[in-house]
Amino acid sequence: MAAVTALSETPAAASAGRPSGMQTRRRRRLNVFRYLVFTVFGLFFVLPLLAMARFSLEGAKLGTWSLSAWRQIASFQGIGVPPLLSAIEITLELAAITCVVTLVLLVPTMIWIRLRVQWLARTVEFLCLLPLTIPAIVLVVGLGSIYNRIQHYELSALMLFWVYVILALPYAYRALAAGLNAIDVTTLSEAARSLGASWFTVIVRVIAPNMRQAILNALILTASLVLGEFTIAYLLLYDNLQVELYSISRSTPNAGVIFSTSFAALLFAFVLLLILSYAGRLRRGRG
Amino acid sequence: MTRTQDGVARTAVEVRMEGLSRHYGPVVALDRLDLTLQPGELVALLGPSGCGKTTTLRLVAGLEDADTGHITVGGKDITRVSAAKRDMGMVFQAYSLFPHMTVRQNVAFGLRLRKVSGAQRDKRAIEMLDLVGLATQADRYPHQISGGQQQRVALARALAIEPQVLLLDEPLSALDAKVRAQLRDQIRRIQLEVGITTLFVTHDQEEALAIADRVGVMREGRLDQLAPPTEVYSRPATSFVAEFVGLSNRLTGEVRGGEVTVRGCTLPLVERDVPDGQVVALVRPEAVTLASHTAPEPGPLVGTVIAVTFLGATSRVTVDLGDTTVLAQLSTSDASALPAGSRVTLTIRPDPVLVSASSEPAAAADEEA
Repeated sequence: MAAVTALSETPAAASAGRPSGMQTRRRRRLNVFRYLVFTVFGLFFVLPLLAMARFSLEGAKLGTWSLSAWRQIASFQGIGVPPLLSAIEITLELAAITCVVTLVLLVPTMIWIRLRVQWLARTVEFLCLLPLTIPAIVLVVGLGSIYNRIQHYELSALMLFWVYVILALPYAYRALAAGLNAIDVTTLSEAARSLGASWFTVIVRVIAPNMRQAILNALILTASLVLGEFTIAYLLLYDNLQVELYSISRSTPNAGVIFSTSFAALLFAFVLLLILSYAGRLRRGRG
Repeated sequence: MTRTQDGVARTAVEVRMEGLSRHYGPVVALDRLDLTLQPGELVALLGPSGCGKTTTLRLVAGLEDADTGHITVGGKDITRVSAAKRDMGMVFQAYSLFPHMTVRQNVAFGLRLRKVSGAQRDKRAIEMLDLVGLATQADRYPHQISGGQQQRVALARALAIEPQVLLLDEPLSALDAKVRAQLRDQIRRIQLEVGITTLFVTHDQEEALAIADRVGVMREGRLDQLAPPTEVYSRPATSFVAEFVGLSNRLTGEVRGGEVTVRGCTLPLVERDVPDGQVVALVRPEAVTLASHTAPEPGPLVGTVIAVTFLGATSRVTVDLGDTTVLAQLSTSDASALPAGSRVTLTIRPDPVLVSASSEPAAAADEEA
């Protein structure tokens, strides 16, 4: 009787019900897994940041709150080190100069190679990605004699922008290459040429404007690299932001200003990323 | 032909290509091409992929350099002139509008490069967009308009600079069939209105036959025939042209005294100086008519319908003659009376036919009409 009862259920109805239920359960399990992974990794990244924010707001007594560490960013001066503010200024200027030089070097070069000398593409790619494989200490050893000469002439830490451009090459190259791959460079350039455009006009007024998002991405990556760079500046005996924070931590181990400045640098990079992403999205929305 | 630019008459120019060759390593893309476009005419270059038609257009545009030969436009040798200075308008197969500019800015781009004032530039851009029927889309971006509209804007952009020559590189191939037909007619209308010398490259024979003053059929870097569309279709100069442009039935026959006999039918020849002997005659499906065969005895032109392909107003009927199959093109109403399996009698209309003993061309290609 049980078998007859089971058989009275139509096969179509039975098969329609089972897959739908299974799919829903599978989807639910997948979502749970996604949220779990997101939470675990989110905590992994966010907890140290929260701790840093908490320490930066710590008052003189344990358990109290204070903004003094944030106020000190503009005024802190450690023992035997320059003011923190000048290190922040130098680092921001370095970031700006490095971004400009990297883009001015890479954008026209990559467009030109794509348009006219494609056989060079692999070589340039290799050269641009090479810094990824060279440890910072090796770069320092190689550039040390040059920077000794620079320091002899007492030129400022802004001279670090040369080595930062080299460090930023792999990241900027990849971002710009992705942008170039997303547009039909050949057709656009031929269309422009047929209308009377010079090669300079093709690069500056036709191709580069269509790489805005890629250029913004390259900017973000370059700026973030410079803001966080420590090893080369320290080994070449320059004082940028990270070197300054390290020096402060050596002289005043639990200075709240270390945490507030680090957190501020992270916030700055994050805000920069938001602004540039928003600018990119605005451009796409208007189009 | 003349066209005006702000009331000033401007004459259409002749384009002449002499001995043009282009190689890509061992591959011969163009082999000593000689081609002349008369002022104001539209010549379509037709052929299969790799025949050299796009290479020809790119050499005229200056996007590639010829290995040998000369190109003159309006009597001036432009062979070594850079693409930016050739004063030619070009429409590409791929969508070529600048994505970061509006439709209006795209059309005005060439004028801006020529330092035309802002007001004049805008006026001219709107005039061109009016010409292609897209003035209302002036402030949209390319991704906001359809493919057909993009190609019309590209045409407006090419014409805005008042070029001497208009070059069209398969501009319709990325569009669907209905849009293609509409835009094809529009291009022809505009070309006639403006009166500009035009080179149109396509692999679609319907396009070429529909709009060109002359059609140049190319094969392996050479021009097999250059003639008006009706002549290319009805009097093909080579077997390649006969088989590439439209369909052809290949029927064995015998040439005697300047005529060819095919399965009992005597047909005139396109070229009268073919020597007597066995040949293959190329007969168009439209030259074949069918009638029901009621008599019991067979004949050389009696066969069985094996397939009827509906093409809309016409249908293509495949008939098995025993030793070969023949295609006939009939009106659909006539074809419906001859279903598969019917016995039919064929009649071949006495149009001049091309014959060949091999794949070699039967006659030298014409260069000018």
